Amino acid sequence: MTMRRVIVLAAALLAATPAIAGDDWVPPVKDPMVRKECGACHMAFQPAFLPARSWDRMMNELADHFGEDATLSADKARAIRNYLTANAGDVVAAGRASKYMRAVAPGGTPQRITLNPDFERKHRKIPDRVWKDPRVVTRSNCPACHRGAEQGWYDDD
Amino acid sequence: MNRVLFLAAILAAAPAAVMAADARRDAIIADYAVQAGKAAPGFAGFSARRGEALFRTRWAGGDERTPSCTACHTENPRAPGRNAKTGRPIDPVAVSVNPARFTDRDEVEKQFRRDCKSVLGRACTPLEKGDYLTFMREQ
Ligand code: HEC
Repeated sequence: MTMRRVIVLAAALLAATPAIAGDDWVPPVKDPMVRKECGACHMAFQPAFLPARSWDRMMNELADHFGEDATLSADKARAIRNYLTANAGDVVAAGRASKYMRAVAPGGTPQRITLNPDFERKHRKIPDRVWKDPRVVTRSNCPACHRGAEQGWYDDD
Repeated sequence: MNRVLFLAAILAAAPAAVMAADARRDAIIADYAVQAGKAAPGFAGFSARRGEALFRTRWAGGDERTPSCTACHTENPRAPGRNAKTGRPIDPVAVSVNPARFTDRDEVEKQFRRDCKSVLGRACTPLEKGDYLTFMREQ
């Protein structure tokens, strides 16, 4: 292999697996329906932030989704559940997900990504006035500060 | 020549898409009219004025963060809004700014179910839904 080829190959590999460049990355949501339905009220969070059993529980409890009635038609709910569980943190274990999964109790089914100890540790230094900014509103509003959040990038801190 | 044709096709398609959207929205409103008529024999058509009142009234019947529709959709339907619970931006809801609004029946029903519960603490009636869409259609 020529040197040039090696370089091109290395570049391609880096581009394909951004996790190598840092662990402030998770695989983005690719499914258009998941993007649309989960993204109507809040950002469509990457499934890698929770284990599959958490997503299963969430999809079972959509009628009371953090106080909201988020029920969907049965066919949509099934497709979304399949996507979330197939790409869950304990399944893909890529990028930041492995750090999040390490903090999840065995058999636990956490629902709030923002309560994961790794989330709390990374956001410890954020002052209260930032969280209370009218453009932020809640901790789950990732794209308010992380401009690449929808694409899975959380490295802009 | 091909390019000219292509351009012409695009120009022709834009208003056609808006017309198709209008027809879908009108069909949804017509459906609500049938339901409203069944619920009340005296039903005499929808009113944009009542729809506006629904939109602006401080109901405070559901979630305390969302006393009115304007909590997320803002006082001005032509302006972008922001979800008062999640901070997520919301596109304007006025049809004049956003011609694709209220054109997917399932979407409209799903959102009425969620938003009316949040604001009024109950489901909206077919009369309220028809009034609301009639108001937004003129905005
Ligand atoms: C918690 C914030 C919030 C409140 C309060 C709220 N909405 Fe909405 N509304 C949304 C979101 C989010 C969407 C979906 C995203 C979008 O359509 O841009 C939406 C969309 C809609 C749609 C569907 C739009 C379409 O194009 O199909 C309707 C209908 C609607 N809202 C009616 C209402 C009514 C009526 C009220 C007051 C009783 C209300 N909303 C209050 C957040 C809210």
